[in-house]
Amino acid sequence: MADAAAHDGHDHKPYHGWVRWVYSTNHKDIGTLYLIFAIMAGIIGGALSVAIRMELQEPGIQIFSGLAQMVYGLNGDAAIDGGKSMYNAFATAHALIMIFFMVMPALIGGFANWMVPIMIGAPDMAFPRMNNISFWLLPPAFILLLTSMFMPSAPGAYGVGGGWTLYPPLSTSGQPGPAMDLAILSIHIAGASSILGAINFITTIFNMRAPGMTLHKMPLFAWSVLVTAFLLLLSLPVLAGGITMLLTDRNFGTTFFAPDGGGDPLLFQHLFWFFGHPEVYILILPGFGIISHIVSTFSRKPVFGYLGMAYAMVAIGAVGFIVWAHHMYTTGLSLDTQRYFVFATMVIAVPTGVKIFSWIATMWGGSISFKPPMLWALGFIFLFTIGGVTGVQLANAGLDRSLHDTYFVIAHFHYVLSLGAVFAIFAGWYYWFPKMTGYMYSPVIANTHFWVMFVGVNLIFFPQHFLGLAGMPRRTIDYPDAFAGWNMVSSYGSYIAAVGVAIFLYGVFEAFQKKRIAGANPWGEGATTLEWQLPSPPPFHQWEQLPKIK
Amino acid sequence: MRKFLASTGAAATFLASGAAYADQPRPWETGFQAPATDMMRQIEWFGNYTMWFIIPITVLVLFLLIYCIVKFRASANPVPSKTSHNTLIEVIWTVGPVVILLCLAIPSFQLLTAQYTPPEEAKLTVKATGNQWNWDYEYQTDNTLTFNSAILQDGDRAKAGKEDRSIYPRLLAVDNELVVPVNTMTRVLVTATDVIHSFAMPSFGIKIDAIPGRTNETWFKAEKEGLYYGQCSQLCGKDHAFMPIAIRVVSDAQFKTWLAAAKTDLPGANKTLMAQVDGQNKVAAAGN
Repeated sequence: MADAAAHDGHDHKPYHGWVRWVYSTNHKDIGTLYLIFAIMAGIIGGALSVAIRMELQEPGIQIFSGLAQMVYGLNGDAAIDGGKSMYNAFATAHALIMIFFMVMPALIGGFANWMVPIMIGAPDMAFPRMNNISFWLLPPAFILLLTSMFMPSAPGAYGVGGGWTLYPPLSTSGQPGPAMDLAILSIHIAGASSILGAINFITTIFNMRAPGMTLHKMPLFAWSVLVTAFLLLLSLPVLAGGITMLLTDRNFGTTFFAPDGGGDPLLFQHLFWFFGHPEVYILILPGFGIISHIVSTFSRKPVFGYLGMAYAMVAIGAVGFIVWAHHMYTTGLSLDTQRYFVFATMVIAVPTGVKIFSWIATMWGGSISFKPPMLWALGFIFLFTIGGVTGVQLANAGLDRSLHDTYFVIAHFHYVLSLGAVFAIFAGWYYWFPKMTGYMYSPVIANTHFWVMFVGVNLIFFPQHFLGLAGMPRRTIDYPDAFAGWNMVSSYGSYIAAVGVAIFLYGVFEAFQKKRIAGANPWGEGATTLEWQLPSPPPFHQWEQLPKIK
Repeated sequence: MRKFLASTGAAATFLASGAAYADQPRPWETGFQAPATDMMRQIEWFGNYTMWFIIPITVLVLFLLIYCIVKFRASANPVPSKTSHNTLIEVIWTVGPVVILLCLAIPSFQLLTAQYTPPEEAKLTVKATGNQWNWDYEYQTDNTLTFNSAILQDGDRAKAGKEDRSIYPRLLAVDNELVVPVNTMTRVLVTATDVIHSFAMPSFGIKIDAIPGRTNETWFKAEKEGLYYGQCSQLCGKDHAFMPIAIRVVSDAQFKTWLAAAKTDLPGANKTLMAQVDGQNKVAAAGN
């Protein structure tokens, strides 16, 4: 490895200063950029959600009229109206930012970019320059989205207030201003970035595995990224088509989604959810991969039922494409259509159950040490189970009749995403941070971060099940007074989670300040994947001599 | 003891009188609002039924995690096993969930089918049209009755005689309720003029999107007289939170009188009806 480090000094020397990052074709540098980007986007998206929870802490409109006054310069009734629209814009931006600019960049752009080439014994990604453009499309996309929050949408309103689902006609005739156009372009660009990234991962994983690493020996994280990349490749073009039609409906007089011209608003919902449902698996699958590695590492045991784990992800990905209309049970689908989607949706519970039980079986008989990554992984398994079982409830169209578009749905998908995907991100962060930086963080800070976050997010989202059952609709700035109690609890949870994020940031700062040397493999013999055979941080180019896989 | 009985009696009266005003959300509620139709009772039953599966599953996962944490911690079990396969257990945890899902699916499909199989022909058809941000109701009777229903402004409470916020809560009370007769099969046709809205009534177990260019249909048969509240359930812009749905279920006779009067004088008919209904409630309270 000393050779590899010395090699940096010769022809492939990294550039210095900003050139190294802007011109980078190195998967590790680009991965680092993605992670920094995801942290920044996560802070912005998280701040939006705290603002939402502050507003919902009590009945009535408290803060958004003031915010509208400050940001948009509105006064009196216009400030109240502007505040109502601003709330919707915050909710929309929170969702889009967390999905497209936080979770996806962190898991796919960040961890997968960093670790997949190393894990499969490849020197870099298959298309390093495309990797560069994949990342550098994201900042302009993000800027477009943030700009849209300050642009007019509906009369007297600023920012896209149609929800991340962008349903027409609210996203067409309902909001004629330029805000929606900017958001659509933002999603186009972010989508292009993801499609390029997906092509890169598929090519890398299929063609650049080290000799001896068959697909059936490939680490599960690489498997999860492979499945995710296919989901991206097949679903994002459909979204791109849908939002392009939105764009032409808005600007060029087409009527794809306008009934007065023979179009149908429901067509968009089908297109959107044909993308949108695979998208939620895109968000969680890489997390599944990360959790498998961590559970195995800290139990000092190989993953239980490796092939079952890999093909469970393939099954989830495949079935994920044929369940989309379970988001549309209340749109007036025919009885037979609903029956089919109930059935197909329930099927997904089976491979998901296989994963949960296999993680537990991996721990079974192990010698478990509870380092911070393992703590996050354990939290993930339990909380994802809660989100999973409420998902099984929601799959039933008959029951969803009462739960659709209520806070029950918010609780469900935050349990699988905010407590699932985000916990997986933090688990991966604490697992690979020593590898990526060479420094060991303070386990005390990492554990504190976990417990504060665990308490916070459960306080936010568990009471929302109750609100949903009692009938509180989603996406409302104000609610009947009877809902005040659980909303207050939920808001306090949000402040606790915000403190958790501050602890996380301090932990990162502290690790860089203290510079505790982590060593090549801080996790011991349980860490068997290839990245732990390299020094920490790995050399600028790894595997100049390809590793031999037995 | 007598005092205790009296106080429980008073509490019961309080709850009963609350129930007479029928359904709206209550503070710290953890479940569905009380059902007012057979359909909602079926939904509630099925919801509780699913709990018998999902709670044990969650508890099982939690128990297994805790067991592993305690039993297989490094200090208790320093040498890990090398087991990584067990075909039998993998088959069990694949087939087991399939069996559980079958147990869920059978009543689930029955419930879904029941929602789309009204037991009888509708006797009353009402069309609800969503606008930003109010509802138009059209009674498709011999002489069509049409009126608009919007959130009750605070300034109009006194004039409308709706000052009691326990009956006419903030954000839920409307100026003109949808009035329907009790125990009557009612068909609701739902559409919208501008953007997508959703017509929802939690205690009836109905929710159906109001989509421009499309007419959706749902039905209910309310079993209890009273005033029921729901809210628009599809994001529809700025005032999405301020677009309540209120349905007043009354006796057949009251409905007929109201309908006849409402065609010429809606506010008058509403006032008369409210006087009757509130009078009944007062009598009921006194009777306790």
